[in-house]
Amino acid sequence: MIRSITQLKPAEEIERLLNGLDRVFIVGCGTCVTLTRTGGAPEVAAMKTQLSEAGKVVTGTTVVPVACDNLTGEILAGIDSQIRQADALLIMTCAYGVQTIARQIKKTVIPALNTLFIGKETGAGHFDEVCKQCGTCIIGETGGICPVTACHKGLVNGPCGGTNNGKCEIDPDKDCAWTAIYNRLKDLGRLDSMRKYQKPRNHLGEPSPGKFRLPAE
Amino acid sequence: MPSVFKKALDSGKFVVTCEAAPTKGTNLDTMKHHIELLKDKVDAMNVTDHQSSVMRYPSLGGAILVKEMGGEPILQMTCRDRNRLALQADLLFAASRGVHNVLCLTGDSVMLGDHKEAKPVFDLDSSQLVAAIRTMERGKDMAGNELDGGVRFCAGAIVTPEANPIEPQLIKFEKKLEAGAEFIQTQAVYDMDNFRKFMEYARQFPVKILAGVILLTSAPMARFMNKNVAGVTVPQSLIDEMASAPKGGALAKGIEIAGRMIRQIKEEKICDGVHIMAIGKEEKVVDIMAAAGL
Ligand code: SF4
Ligand code: SF4
Repeated sequence: MIRSITQLKPAEEIERLLNGLDRVFIVGCGTCVTLTRTGGAPEVAAMKTQLSEAGKVVTGTTVVPVACDNLTGEILAGIDSQIRQADALLIMTCAYGVQTIARQIKKTVIPALNTLFIGKETGAGHFDEVCKQCGTCIIGETGGICPVTACHKGLVNGPCGGTNNGKCEIDPDKDCAWTAIYNRLKDLGRLDSMRKYQKPRNHLGEPSPGKFRLPAE
Repeated sequence: MPSVFKKALDSGKFVVTCEAAPTKGTNLDTMKHHIELLKDKVDAMNVTDHQSSVMRYPSLGGAILVKEMGGEPILQMTCRDRNRLALQADLLFAASRGVHNVLCLTGDSVMLGDHKEAKPVFDLDSSQLVAAIRTMERGKDMAGNELDGGVRFCAGAIVTPEANPIEPQLIKFEKKLEAGAEFIQTQAVYDMDNFRKFMEYARQFPVKILAGVILLTSAPMARFMNKNVAGVTVPQSLIDEMASAPKGGALAKGIEIAGRMIRQIKEEKICDGVHIMAIGKEEKVVDIMAAAGL
């Protein structure tokens, strides 16, 4: 399962973003942010208390099931009166949810969370970024481990000089991708593919912003 | 025409390089002082490229300065701050200004420096930068377009002989050689037995190897490196030796140790030369060389 991984913005930033917007409606989501405890029912309730204490009028709150689903617009339309009274929507979902709502409701939207990465669940309560959707996938030669994502520098020809006992130079809690790739390829008897020189990466997979249309039948 | 440094490498002599560290700002007096002091004593001077990801005067500017002052520069180039267009452009600039030696590095993480929020680039890695240089020498840029006026470089790269695990590091080392690296400067080596082992392996390749020597300035500094600098291990015996120095004598002890190591590397012909890093104490390079009998 993949999840959108988020983090609450600093209180000062939320305060600044809500400056002059006194009546606020808060939206949470029942999916990823509920799991990561950044925008589920308890966090929405806590935010309501926090804003009320700061002198805001909270016109209402809701936790939609899946904020990034287009149905969210219809759900919010059902509580239109509370939303209409608000100067802004404070949205405690990932940026996909924030943008889904922004497209459907003519109201100022303020994200309360920072969206960090799309995480793969790697253990109970553990999420890791394993793919950056680069558009030119190269993991067929790296033992199925993505160096573009798992290596802090996105190196494709092996480790940098900062690798330290299997850990990355930026954080002793982060694994060095190239130690992992080496171990995996060694296990598979495929070290030859690590020895192969990889040309500079093709960054032209899908020029940003990505767009996809199902071909007409 | 091969560069002065390349000729020194090929001559079979024991090669010595050092560093000129660009300053933060435009006051180049200290750097000029170090260049003046060292340019005729060493075979080449490396100019570091925003070392430790701390923004400074550019390495290319420093390399041109070394050249203008009559020294032989080695331009350090990291892949951290420039994409392939900017790197190639800077190589053209370097070549046009008489800078013909390049040391290709991946570069430290931006997060380790003083502009932590900057966007890291890493469009190329160090082996790809070496390959790009070789491509440009054949008269084409990386996209296959003709160059009007070519380049010629002596290209080198880095290896960390004390990396753990060592095998991935050696695979990368071999890729750098395949890409065309002619010389290798190592990360600091203190454990001669380990370095000898590395050299036994490295000798099978036709590449010149300069052992990295970092001047120890105090016992705490040595401990700090052990803790914070990946791939550098100062053995306990050297830390004890530093700690045993009389009050105020730690630097002299460090110079003695560096000199002794260089002398050993030279006398035992362990590798082809040394790269002395006297981080912040460049004027001491002269003393280190004297202590080494160079
Ligand atoms: S190379 Fe990595 S980032 Fe690119 S598509 Fe494959 S897994 Fe994703
Ligand atoms: S230590 Fe490993 S994961 Fe970290 S940047 Fe270097 S090669 Fe990549």
